[in-house]
Amino acid sequence: MAGRPTTGVPILRLGDVLVTGLLNELDDKTALAFTDELTERISAESIRGVLIDVSRLEIIDSFVARTLMELTTMARLLGARVIVAGMRPPVAITLVELGVELVGVETALDAERGMAALGWRQGPAPGGVRRDTTR
Amino acid sequence: MIGCALASSTGGPPRRPSYLVSFFEGTYELSSSEAVIRQRVTKALHGRADEISDRWVELQQSQAELGTDIAERELREEADALVAALVAGMDSSLPVGRIVNSHSDLKRAVSDFSLRRARVGATPTATSLAVLSLKEAVLEAVRRSTDEPEELFPAALLINRLLDAAGALSFDTYVEGREEIIRRQSRQLLELSTPVVRLWQQVLAVPLIGTLDTARTQVVMESLLQAIQDHEALVAIIDITGVPTVDTAVAQHLMQTVNAVRLMGADCVISGIRPPIAQTIAQLGIDLSKILTRATLADALSEAIKLTGGTAPVTHGSAY
Amino acid sequence: MTQLAKGSIAAAAGAEGGSPADSTFTESDSESATVIALRTEEDLLAVRHAVRAATLKLGFGIVDQTRVVTAASELARNAYIHGGGGALTIEYPRRQGTPGVRLTIRDDGPGIPDLDAALTDGFTTGAGLGHGLGGARRLMDDFEVHTAPGKGTTVIATRWARQ
Repeated sequence: MAGRPTTGVPILRLGDVLVTGLLNELDDKTALAFTDELTERISAESIRGVLIDVSRLEIIDSFVARTLMELTTMARLLGARVIVAGMRPPVAITLVELGVELVGVETALDAERGMAALGWRQGPAPGGVRRDTTR
Repeated sequence: MIGCALASSTGGPPRRPSYLVSFFEGTYELSSSEAVIRQRVTKALHGRADEISDRWVELQQSQAELGTDIAERELREEADALVAALVAGMDSSLPVGRIVNSHSDLKRAVSDFSLRRARVGATPTATSLAVLSLKEAVLEAVRRSTDEPEELFPAALLINRLLDAAGALSFDTYVEGREEIIRRQSRQLLELSTPVVRLWQQVLAVPLIGTLDTARTQVVMESLLQAIQDHEALVAIIDITGVPTVDTAVAQHLMQTVNAVRLMGADCVISGIRPPIAQTIAQLGIDLSKILTRATLADALSEAIKLTGGTAPVTHGSAY
Repeated sequence: MTQLAKGSIAAAAGAEGGSPADSTFTESDSESATVIALRTEEDLLAVRHAVRAATLKLGFGIVDQTRVVTAASELARNAYIHGGGGALTIEYPRRQGTPGVRLTIRDDGPGIPDLDAALTDGFTTGAGLGHGLGGARRLMDDFEVHTAPGKGTTVIATRWARQ
């Protein structure tokens, strides 16, 4: 299930959703390779949703921001929805001060909420519905 | 500190009018007797450092009614440090008029002296008098160390030149020290005046009172975003009932805050837009169309609860 | 550098077409200044680490740390991409007792022909969003750009500790 080790960023697949998390030591080359790999897999594996956990990123500069925006646009063109989850408060503040608003990028408070928005529930959902699509 | 001192001597313009320095350098620094006088004064300072410190502390204490409320032990430590730095400065090869601003230890000693007075709330008069009394203490020491009356006048001039720079630096530092205190207090006030409250499960609110400038926006964003993370909130309400006017700058700051909240993955509702403010916003052509707004906090809260409805666990009555 | 009044910064942040103003910034606290070369992409990561460490050393809050590290990342990338490499220097100036962190980013690139445009959001000539220079300016307290065609670019940006 783990992603091909082309970028060093693991990309997991859960049903029709790709789950991935960016690490703090994200350099430009990795970011670009990551985008390529994700777009390829979205197309090849008929992915409907992508969750990118950014809770470990201590900074997001305009380069990484642009990567996330481009990824969102490309994914949308390929029929998938991208959710960026878990942005840290200082990172969010710095981004808006930088003038980057991640236009068009959907966000979620954490990975769990992001997955819920993509139609996943971890454990018994409040309404008693339990969806289990791993099988 | 070393960086500051070096930079001020070689780089940036001196704080005080430069014609003073060049005037003195032109008239005295080059004269041959200057070096002799300086040597005498330096020697007197070396031998009488303790005496000068004692006398200075004494003089300052006699001015205590002017507002210098600092313990004797502290005054003494401060005096020892400053006099030692003064001696070291005189030992250096720096021109007399520039010693205070260019000798890093001395500069720091004078700055510390003034900042301490600013912090304990000493008056500007008391601070100035304290520097002047150092001059008095030094002059007395030099007078006691020489038997040549004709040397006293040039020595006094030299000491004046040395310590007038200290007076000027002290005053600048004092003023900056007070300003720093004011800045700190206004920041503390800002933090006090922007409480983030939890109105409902996963719903937070910030009632803004007063205007929304850059500094305030930073404080609001910081506390709001942190609270969103701590409470795992899904909706933040910014209530602007207490904001007197909304101009383009305020609107921009509101927008920035809303965008930061969205980046966190939460929604934002702005409430408390009074009719005159709505009018101003419309007239200024400010685009708030991408922001969810409601007239009252109550409306905003009911909207917020609707927004959380999909994912929020069932709340049993008014548990909060 | 205590002598650096706000006014001079505002003026310099506009357009100062000369060569890097050595008169203002030749002296640094050589004991604690850190210099990082900007030659490879890995250097950009080294910059973030060093700047983060510098802000931690001064006891900056987490948001201010993030601001300064992000600004450093923007400016270092600018120098790397547009300036063909350069160097970043970290210094610790004091302004009347208030400590600060000063980043000086030099490159030997072609210089910025239209500085006003470069400081305006949306202007970009390479990778990024065009928020690099203008955005970095908003993240720092004091910001100076010295550039001239063919003479490279030097950006000097300082953020002071709060309180």
